Amino acid sequence: MKIEKRTRDGVTILDLGGKITIGKGDVALREAVHQTQSDGATKMLINLKDVTTIDSSGVGELVSAFTTVTNRGGKLKLLNLPAKVNDILQITQLITVFEVFENEDEAIRSF
Amino acid sequence: MSSNDRELHLTIASRFENIELVQTVVDDALREQGVAEDSRHWVGLALREAVANAIKHGNRQDPGKQVEIEATVGTDELTLRVLDEGAGFDPRSVVDPLAPENRFRTSGRGIFYMKRFMDDVEFGTSASGGTELTLRKRFAPAQGASQER
Repeated sequence: MKIEKRTRDGVTILDLGGKITIGKGDVALREAVHQTQSDGATKMLINLKDVTTIDSSGVGELVSAFTTVTNRGGKLKLLNLPAKVNDILQITQLITVFEVFENEDEAIRSF
Repeated sequence: MSSNDRELHLTIASRFENIELVQTVVDDALREQGVAEDSRHWVGLALREAVANAIKHGNRQDPGKQVEIEATVGTDELTLRVLDEGAGFDPRSVVDPLAPENRFRTSGRGIFYMKRFMDDVEFGTSASGGTELTLRKRFAPAQGASQER
């Protein structure tokens, strides 16, 4: 999995690409979120535009990131869900947990 | 089973990186049978969850233990058997990931996804005492011989 980090208007954006799956992608996501938190960021936007596959471990990492950031007073939101990632989150009713955006400007303004 | 079915038998060490190999081999066989990309994606995800469970929960990530994968890949049906060398598994122990109290759990959704993406999911016990998981998926009849399903 590929992860690139950028900051815009005080929001840390993680651009993810490839597979968020057990053993590698899930670990990379966990480390990126932890590092972002360690850097002091409290507003986090995860851009899933180029994610091709997410499995239950990847979903678990998204949930873990959400609860960790929220419990520390921060906010974590999702951007650009590919159809198959959207389906995965819908099936387990997690889509209602996350705030999801299709437009980056709108997502940034929402924080 | 028809004469056009492909039989695959893979044995892997219990390492997560081997999941990629298994999915690629089965996906190639499904593509050769004309199964559409969308169906292959969801079946592939169920297979990934099955092998991941065998490695993680069955064999406890012991690379000295193996996972066997048997696949019968037909034009209209796929059967997968995934066997581990663990201590067995009671599917009744799995919690409902849709229950409000489980919504924020970071694990426990793999079997739920398997059941969602496959037509049949059966848990049994292998000859070694490990888990033998059988997954089946039936594909819609082809509209034409060269059309993907």
